[in-house]
Amino acid sequence: MTLFAALRVVTTGNLVHAALWLIATLFGIAVTFAILNASFLAVVQVVVYIGAISILFIFAVMLTRKEMRDRGPQMNRNWWFGALLAAITFVGLVLLLYGWNGVSKTASVYPSDFDAVGALGNALISPDAYVLPFEVASVLLVAALIGAVYVAFNPRSGDSSK
Amino acid sequence: MSSWVYVGFFLVVGLIVPIGAIVASWLLGPKKPNPIKQSTYECGMETVGDSWVQFKAQYYIFALVFLIFDVETVFLFPWAVKLGQLGMFAVIEGIIFILILIVGLVYTWRKGMLEWV
Amino acid sequence: MDFLKDPLKVAADWLLGILAGWGMPDLWAQVLIGFLGVFILISLLMVLDILLVWIERKVVSRFQSRIGPNRVGPFGLIQPFADIIKLLIKEDITPAGADRVVYNLAPILSMASVLILWAVMPLAPSILGVDLNVGVLYIIAAGAIGTLSIIMAGWSSNNKYSLIGAFREVAVMLSFEIPMLTVMLIPTIFAGSMGVAAITQAQDVWFFFIAPLAAVIFLIAAIAELGRAPFDMGEAESELVSGYNIEYSGMKFGMFYAGELLHAFTFGGFWAIMFFGGYRFFGLEQVSAFLAIAVIFFKALVGYWIIMWVRYTLLRIRIDHMLAFNWKFLTPVAFVLLMVTAFMNALLTDTLRIESGSVLYVAIMFLSNVLVAWISLETARAYSRRARERVEGPKIAEAGRS
Repeated sequence: MTLFAALRVVTTGNLVHAALWLIATLFGIAVTFAILNASFLAVVQVVVYIGAISILFIFAVMLTRKEMRDRGPQMNRNWWFGALLAAITFVGLVLLLYGWNGVSKTASVYPSDFDAVGALGNALISPDAYVLPFEVASVLLVAALIGAVYVAFNPRSGDSSK
Repeated sequence: MSSWVYVGFFLVVGLIVPIGAIVASWLLGPKKPNPIKQSTYECGMETVGDSWVQFKAQYYIFALVFLIFDVETVFLFPWAVKLGQLGMFAVIEGIIFILILIVGLVYTWRKGMLEWV
Repeated sequence: MDFLKDPLKVAADWLLGILAGWGMPDLWAQVLIGFLGVFILISLLMVLDILLVWIERKVVSRFQSRIGPNRVGPFGLIQPFADIIKLLIKEDITPAGADRVVYNLAPILSMASVLILWAVMPLAPSILGVDLNVGVLYIIAAGAIGTLSIIMAGWSSNNKYSLIGAFREVAVMLSFEIPMLTVMLIPTIFAGSMGVAAITQAQDVWFFFIAPLAAVIFLIAAIAELGRAPFDMGEAESELVSGYNIEYSGMKFGMFYAGELLHAFTFGGFWAIMFFGGYRFFGLEQVSAFLAIAVIFFKALVGYWIIMWVRYTLLRIRIDHMLAFNWKFLTPVAFVLLMVTAFMNALLTDTLRIESGSVLYVAIMFLSNVLVAWISLETARAYSRRARERVEGPKIAEAGRS
């Protein structure tokens, strides 16, 4: 179902429909996370991806005026080459994963009271785990914020749009 | 996984109920489409101009700022869960995290990005 | 006695017995019973929704010194049923040029996002749809789906007012999610878990007394999330002719409207769970599950009452004021409150070894909240005074102050 939605993202002509199919894809990924018992990641996926990034996408789509429908031909002349490349990549990945013995094992069964979120919290804070990346992540977020301000404001310094 | 199955149930039933209501209304209601009924509503007048507005870039900027702070808050959740057991050190770390992001907020504020939508 | 304490399990076991007696394989029986349980809950919710329509109309009429519906049935109790019948038999109009699939999907998603919230609402110590250990974030996730449905509604209606209303509403909803997320961290800190059942169990002392400012900020953010006045940009009835709802008629509009009321009640319930002890009431919930349900419904009604009270008292806030209020006041205050709460919690329990839950702990946390609130209000007041002086000149501002 996720794959079908992902396919529709790139094949549909209407831009807003593409965004909606993207949302369906992201939701499929969240369901996959849930099935794999990664509850925290599943909810975070919905909250951040669907709740923020998809809306950002839709806003961005709305920002481009006028023609929202791509009426060109669906594939150009070299489509067979693209398909060949994709097939080779897929086969390569499968062979690679086959060599890794983790593929045929099912996900390890955690004891039923395994506190996944708590373990994540511990990992993020304890000094011999990931605390420095935790702080650096915040700096990264601020950098993203500053970058967004810079990009958003520079083109607007002479802009006529209100 | 089993707990999420119940969420799936809720989702399915939660979708079926409104769909059922709307289907019921579709079945029960008259169907007499005519162009006046289907025209776009503009306080009773005829529509003027393209049914499309200039999209304010400010909406996009707000969504962007929201995204950053959303990710930050999500990062804070595992921290909050373990806070009771980890003592002062963890609290200081978290406070540093939040302070760095407040600096970001102040920067955005001073640059005027938070004006109007 | 067992039935009173744990009705769901007893009923489920009984049904399982019957179904197994008919020879149904166990897995199917479980699935069927699960579906049945969910279905019953949601049917009860829809009935509750209808009652909420009645409550809303009676309350608004009392606030406005009039009587409200009183013709249809005793005290107008049958009024909402008449409304439902009316909505059902209305014609299903799709405006020309609207995107059919999205147009029809939007009200469905809007209602669905409210209904799935009840999966994590603990009604009693033993009745909980799903004890997700990420319950708190799940609430936000369901809200995200609701936000999406509004954009879909606004965009697919092919109507520029609808579009504007939808964008404004979504901008407001997104913005106010930040203080809400931040403040939801505070019960998580106290309870040491994100699951709603754990948060309810940890409230030997109601969290409201330990973090009153958090409760207030959550209420404000929740009212904005719901899209209700004074934040109802999406349906600003006097500005945008019903905003993203414009082109919806009949049952689809009914879905939006009823969904909004149910959403308000649900958030009243979550406010009660996070800050007022949920179904706990001095041990009453241990007696019977039904009493626990009654307790939480009562608390949710109180929360809903407060939300209605705010709606019918305050004027609508202008959109730029709304967003400025959020980003320049509410978000910094929420973050400062989070830092102060985390710091004080660690200070008291770790360093000074004050027992969490004791009177001293509660008093100190309460005072620290009051301090944060007072400082932030004073800062805002000084800021506004300076702004006024800048505009009007110092003498007039002085006169205004005395």
